[in-house]
Parts: sequence; C-alpha cells; structure tokens
Amino acid sequence: MTALGELRALGTGQRRHAIDSDTRDNRAAAGFLAPWLIGLLLITIGPMIASLYLAFTDYNLLENPRFIGTDNITQMLSDERLASSLGVTFTYVLVSLPIQLAVALALAVVLDRGLRGLAFYRSALYLPSLLGSSVAIAVLWRLVFGKEGLFNAFLGIFGIEGPSWVASPDTALGTIMALNVWTFGAPMVIFLAGLRQIPRQYYEASATDGAGKWRQFRSITLPLLSPIIFFNLVLGVIGSFQSFTQAFIVSGGTGGPADSTLFFSLYLYQEAFASFRMGYASALAWLLLLIIGASTAIMFWTSKWWVFYNE
Amino acid sequence: MSDLFQKAPEATETIVPPAERLGGRRLHVRRGVHRAQVLRHIALMVVTFVMLYPLLWMVASSVRPNSEIFQHAGIFVDTFDFSHYPEGWNALSHPFSTYLVNSAIVVLGTIIGNLVACSMAAYAFARLRFKYRKAAFAIMLITIMLPFHVLIIPQYVLYSQLGWVNTFLPLIVPKLLATDAFFIFLMVQFIRGLPQELDDAARIDGAGHIRIFGQVILPLMIPALATTAIFTFIWTWNDFFSQLIFLTDPSLYTVPVALRQFIDAQSESDFGAMFAMSVVSLVPLFLIFLFGQRFLLRGIATTGGK
Repeated sequence: MTALGELRALGTGQRRHAIDSDTRDNRAAAGFLAPWLIGLLLITIGPMIASLYLAFTDYNLLENPRFIGTDNITQMLSDERLASSLGVTFTYVLVSLPIQLAVALALAVVLDRGLRGLAFYRSALYLPSLLGSSVAIAVLWRLVFGKEGLFNAFLGIFGIEGPSWVASPDTALGTIMALNVWTFGAPMVIFLAGLRQIPRQYYEASATDGAGKWRQFRSITLPLLSPIIFFNLVLGVIGSFQSFTQAFIVSGGTGGPADSTLFFSLYLYQEAFASFRMGYASALAWLLLLIIGASTAIMFWTSKWWVFYNE
Repeated sequence: MSDLFQKAPEATETIVPPAERLGGRRLHVRRGVHRAQVLRHIALMVVTFVMLYPLLWMVASSVRPNSEIFQHAGIFVDTFDFSHYPEGWNALSHPFSTYLVNSAIVVLGTIIGNLVACSMAAYAFARLRFKYRKAAFAIMLITIMLPFHVLIIPQYVLYSQLGWVNTFLPLIVPKLLATDAFFIFLMVQFIRGLPQELDDAARIDGAGHIRIFGQVILPLMIPALATTAIFTFIWTWNDFFSQLIFLTDPSLYTVPVALRQFIDAQSESDFGAMFAMSVVSLVPLFLIFLFGQRFLLRGIATTGGK
C-alpha cells in the first residue's frame, strides 16, 4: 500500500485490529523513535510554528522580527510578481503534468504484457527521470533550446531558423515543461507495476465477449488502474508545485525572461535568500502549503467519482 | 487488430499447436502477432532513441572542439577533442575534484543518517505496540508530503545561529534525526512483510527488542536498506536548493552548486567545458543506475519515489 493508501485507511478506520491498548512496548518504542521524535519537534514542527509566526512579521535576519499583523497578506494581494509566479506555476502543473502522465500511461500500456526486451525499454526510458532533477540536465536543457542549440539544429534540417527558445518569454516555460514531460519514466514504472496487478482473465473474458482493445482499455485498464493514476497525480501535483532547480538554472536564477519562468519556489527563494525578506517569504511558504493542501483535498474529494478501490 | 496482442509471447507459444495441425487462419493470426510485435519494437526503439538523444548529444559535444559543438545536431564525432575535460576541471575557483569530494561527504553522511535513524523508527512503527502509535504514524505520513518551504526559513535561522551555515551539518544532521520520513515508510512496508514468527522465536530465546532489531530484522531488510541508500544517493547528489543556500563558501561547494557557476560566472563561451563537467557530474548517477536499478525500479514501483 502506498503512503496515500495508508492515510486513507487510517482515516476510514480500517486496520482497527492494531491493538493500541497493549502498551508493553512503550519504553522500547521511545528509544527507537527518539531520533525521529527529536527531528520531528526541532526540525519539523518547531520550524513550522516559527514559520507561521514569521509570516506575520517583517524580518531581515539581522534585526529581530517585527510583528506587522496581516501586512504581508495585504502585500501579497497587490504583488504582481507573485501573481505571475502563480500563473507560471499553475500553467506548469496543469499543462505538463497531465501530458507527462498520459505519456507515461501510454508507454506503460505498450510495454505491458510480456513484451520481449521490457527490462531494457523500462530502464532506458526511466533514465531521464533519474537524471532529470540534476543541475547538469538543466544546464543541458539551456543549451539544447538555446539559439544555436540542438533543437534549432534539428529544425534547421527542415530549413526552419528557430529563435532562442529559453530567451523568449513565450517559449521559455515551454522548454521547462518539455523537461518535465521528458522525465515520464518514474510514473511509467509505477503504472507498469499497477498493470501487472490486473488479472489477465479480465482481458480474456472481455475478448470472448467481443470487446476491442480500446474498449478493454477504457472498461478494464482505466478503472482498475485508477488508484495508481490517482497516486501518480497526487505525487505529481505535490512535486510540481515545488519545482525549483530547472527554472533556476534555465533562467540563470532570475525567473526570466520577463518573469516567464518565475516558479513559485524560485520567487520564494529570491525573496528569502536574495532580498532577505524572510517574513514575506514565510507568508509565501504558507500560501504554497495552503495551495498544495487545497489541491490535494480537491483531488481526494473528486476521487470518489473516478477512483475505484478493489476492496 | 487481434486480441491475442494482450497475451505474452510465451503464452502464445504454448497455445499454438504443432505445425501439421495448424489451419491457415491460425498461422495467419500468429504471423500477425509477430508483425505487430516487430512494429511495436520499432516504435519503442524510436521513442527510446529520441528520449536519450539529448544525453548522447551532450556526451558527443563534450569531446568536440568548441567551434564545432553547435554546428552539429549529430551524435557522431569526427574530430575528438578531449581538452574540455581538463579545462572544465580547472575552470572554477577550485579543481572539480574538490566539489566531487564535498558532494561525496554529504552523500555519505545523509546515507548513514537515513539508514540508521529511519530503520530504527521503522522498526518501532512496524513491530512495537505503543501509546499514540496511530497518531504518530499519521503524523509521519503527513510529513512526507509537507513542502519544505514552510520549514526552510526557520531552519536557516536556526542553523545560522548555531554557526552551521557553510558547514555540511545542515545537510547531514537532519537525516540523523529521520527527517526523510519517506524512507521510514518504505522500511515499515518492508518490515510488515517479514513473518512475525521470526520475532517471536527470537523473543522466546530471550532476545530483547534491540537484539531482535539488530540480529533478526536488520539483516532481513537489506533490500530495503539498499533501496534507501540508492534513493538517498540520487536525491542528495541532485539536491540543489538546500546546498545552494547553506554552502556559500566556494571551497565547500558541492557538484550542483559548482556547476551552476558555469552559467552565471562565465560568459558561456566555453560550452565544451560546461558539457564536460555536466557529464562528469552525471557519471556517479549513471553508475548507480547501472548497478542499482533492481532496487531502484522496485522502490519506485512500491512507493512512488523518483
């Protein structure tokens, strides 16, 4: 079961058989959990509370935080760079993630069911996922989509002279989305594992009833794979909202040209660690948490209608 | 298209009766399956080739003379020029080996931290009955999904007050405190799959929890530990944000932070050196990929890590 499944199970009261009344292991548990508990308090919960407080302050790291009430929130409402960073990030999530997952699913379906050489294709297609979040690949991307990069050299074969794709506000975000789609290998591997769980008899029975491949995909594969799709979607949304490295490297840390690659995380970084406006950046961080939390909640809520749990 | 596509080739093989009993139709279907398989392979080869092409181009560009890099979209090199490697190695304020060693130290520290702290916590969650176990477990699961942004600023303040900025401590110490809860979860899943009878037998022999953990569970969970070590390696090697903010002294730069300098410091004229050092920085990942993919792929399939 995935982490999401576990949380769902805890929420719906399954796994009741775990007896919590039996407390004979309390001392041993305290020992084994000590590092985790210290970390949870000092490095997670403590900073979270501090961050919530800082969100209502003006703080530049040198002087003490000054409480300013809801000024940061008021400022956010009229912050144009924040608005464009939200636009960029939402576009990125809403456009590149569905494409990435669709490509991953399509290739997983093609690779499924005993294709010879499956292991080779799976590994080769997974490789970009493994390298994709590195600075080196972001550097490569900048050069591939530069004025004289690989992409334009390719277009040159057809006599097209392309612009610098990373230097134009209209296309810079597109190159980063392409990078995200390029890393479809990880969700593909998850899809493949899910496809393997679908009993082959379902396909055989439906074939006997005269169902074609497309019908089988729609009526068997999609519903039975829906928990995995949901899982990939939730992970993808949570991860994509936090994207940083690629935008930072492709834009040289600016989020440019014309803020067209100013991802939310990049804006937050600039505010916190370039302008040292730690209070405002904390408010931004909480806004991000709320956005991710709300998105996840909406996905869980809609999952009632399209995710089928075989329980 | 035939529905036989759904079947594995092995299955088709056993279904098809000996040749003399074959009707023409059967043979035809089988040939059709074969052709579809070939087409599928060709399509997959093309997709794979296109996907890997940028990587091949990067490697090819790293051994081309600067003047030729951007004239070629091809991946075959006419004139080899390996000078970018020594050039790039020495292009920044410190030799590239410094950055590789720094990254290696951080990676090693984080791996040890994750292995020790997460396995301990995982044992408690998977095998011990204690008060608030459910609540603690739920909190642990939620922290996996928590965006680091809401923590990073106070953490930065904390570490700078401790004098830890420009040391590797902010990158390593949290791992010793099991803050990568993802791995706790991965290990809990694994330990749950181990038969409880093993613990019971050891307990009857008089073993306490420390011995059960150390001598029964740990040796059995080596696959989960390997997966953890490999994922930790990849994530830490690629991690940019925290290394960027905590390491500002060039002698402490890790590989990602150093590579970044190629972009803003230089006028981007020496592309060859940039390509060469990018390739160097990816070699460890590639080796991990070659030798650890069994654990990697299984780890992704069961837990959804990248």
